[in-house]
Amino acid sequence: MNSLRSYQGPVLFGARTSRYILPMLNAEVPFFPPATSRTHEVCGAGAYVFAFALAARLGSNTMWVRENWDNTQINPTGFADFLEPAALTVCNTGNQSETLAVAEEALRSGAISLVVMQLNKPIGLTEGRRLQLAARDGQSTGLAIIPEGMGSNAAETRWRCTPMFDPKDSTLQKWDLIKNKSGTLGVWHVRWDTASRRIIMVPPARE
Amino acid sequence: MFDGIQRRVVSLWFPRLASDRVLRQHPIEGPFVLTLKQRNANRIYCLNAAATQHGLHQGMPYADARAFCPHLQSWVAQPEQDQRFLHTLRRWATRYCPWVGLEGKNGLVMDITGSAHLFGGEAAMLTDMRLRLMRAGISTQIGLADTRGAAWALAHYGEGVAPSGEALATLAALPVAALRIEDSISIALQRLGLRSIGDLARAARAPLTRRFGPGLLLRLDQALGARPEEISPYADPPHYAVRMTLPEPIGLLSDVMAGAERLLVQLCAKLKAQEMGARNLCMSLRRVDQGQQQVELRLARPLRDPQRILPLFERGLGEVDAGFGIDQLRLEATQVEALPVQQISHVSAGEQGKLEDLISRLGTRIGLENIQRFLPADSHIPERSFIIAPAAYSDPAGGWVSTHSRPITLFPPEPIAATGARPPRRFRWRRMSLTTGRTTGPERIAPEWWLQDDNWRSGLRDYWRVETREGRRLWLFYTPQNPGWFVQGEFA
Repeated sequence: MNSLRSYQGPVLFGARTSRYILPMLNAEVPFFPPATSRTHEVCGAGAYVFAFALAARLGSNTMWVRENWDNTQINPTGFADFLEPAALTVCNTGNQSETLAVAEEALRSGAISLVVMQLNKPIGLTEGRRLQLAARDGQSTGLAIIPEGMGSNAAETRWRCTPMFDPKDSTLQKWDLIKNKSGTLGVWHVRWDTASRRIIMVPPARE
Repeated sequence: MFDGIQRRVVSLWFPRLASDRVLRQHPIEGPFVLTLKQRNANRIYCLNAAATQHGLHQGMPYADARAFCPHLQSWVAQPEQDQRFLHTLRRWATRYCPWVGLEGKNGLVMDITGSAHLFGGEAAMLTDMRLRLMRAGISTQIGLADTRGAAWALAHYGEGVAPSGEALATLAALPVAALRIEDSISIALQRLGLRSIGDLARAARAPLTRRFGPGLLLRLDQALGARPEEISPYADPPHYAVRMTLPEPIGLLSDVMAGAERLLVQLCAKLKAQEMGARNLCMSLRRVDQGQQQVELRLARPLRDPQRILPLFERGLGEVDAGFGIDQLRLEATQVEALPVQQISHVSAGEQGKLEDLISRLGTRIGLENIQRFLPADSHIPERSFIIAPAAYSDPAGGWVSTHSRPITLFPPEPIAATGARPPRRFRWRRMSLTTGRTTGPERIAPEWWLQDDNWRSGLRDYWRVETREGRRLWLFYTPQNPGWFVQGEFA
């Protein structure tokens, strides 16, 4: 873990591509999985994939906290490629404050390795800090799926995940690390490898 | 086993049990009946002594009874409440002897062998019983004899005591109906001239058996003690409640928690003795001003470990308003489930226990049914290929098989503007202009005709996986029987 966090990587500052870390084929994505005992944020259309990939990477039990009005349902037959649906527990809450309360309790318990919470309103510094403290106490990872541009300053890292079109590959994504409290930022093109059940880095698709 | 000890049996008959029960709670002067709908008419189920004096009887249609007695007061009968009351009386009767069973719907039978002397003899005991029941407002007829049959006969026909060993002499004058036989047999016996038990006992046995079957003489022998008859004492169901009354009221959360811990230890010992686990617990706190507050706890798994249950109570007890103080705590396991002892092994997961405790704790906040897990289901219909079950009442199950790739999110179908059986080149979805880059399909899914599902009224669906040049990978379907295009999910 420490070696990953301290890994700075050779950074290429070009004229057109401002902050690309040179990709190595089939290598691990730097900063992934993000630091445990912290809470992170992810936004963008590929946020669910990020959450499932992280759950697959961390293993053990995952808790998914969502609000009950939301009619977008995660589909176990679809995410079974990422993690065993039996390891996932879903909590339906009435509103965002309940979501935060449930997430805090689950993070602190230590029985869960990853708590995914779906947020739709920006959270304050107090709430963000409380989630960080809870994650530290329970030594578990928190991940908030947030709408674009509604991040909290207390988050350890923030990722923007967007699916990319590729004529040959059908799980290509662009992961954009847009906030990192303890390291550099970066952009990586990644793909989910079903056989080895992990995220691997690929060179960016040509325009 | 008890050679030389003569068995003595008391039979208690409560002829007006149902009406006595109601009149105890709501005293009413004058004729009173309980009615019940039987054989397609509202009939008298039970009546008090005043109503009997007015010429009413059991089984009489209620309309006729009203005509006989215009100022009749009535109530609807509740047989299951009566049964509960009879069980209460059975518990009360164990003060006389430990061996008490039920006799029909309105009677008790007690084996008082060896316990009569504790009350100063049989006569004193019967007087005590009669007095207490009279004070409680329950009319009673008591019979005491060597056998259950004889005691029953005495209780129902002529109330009395048969001295030890003289059953036949006492019963001889009673009618044959006192032998617990069917009405048809009793009438047939009377036609033969065998009106009393004495007549029957003197008659030749073989012709009686040939004519009426073995049942009649079995009853006679049971009454006279020639054949044994058991009395089944009714075991008290285990009672999972404990309480604690305090000499001084308490108000601090730590004090209440300490009290709760003591109660939990007692309750869990009871549960352990029965190999049961509590599923729902209810803690009642009585305040000095007689106010009562309840804290409910629903557990994700049956448990009987005080150390695990106690922290789960903390949240509920924290919300209690102690007022001027709490002076009684009562803890009841309102729902219990079998929890057999299990072999502890290296694979028994402490992790799982922690997760279950977390689910219980979250359940007190958002409700246990809101914490769910996915279970596989046998269906090709995407929405029904999994079941969402409450995590507290289901076990995780594996066996997820998918022959085709499936989207990771599903939502209710959202229509898009397109025509034709092939996916559109361009379309708008959620205010985004999308261009089709690559398509995979179609995969045809037919509705399950054996289930009613309004969402599948539009018939067959041809599912396509459409990868757009903008990046989104969508799950579209086309309904050929009712042309239209919809988006239903999104792939990884």
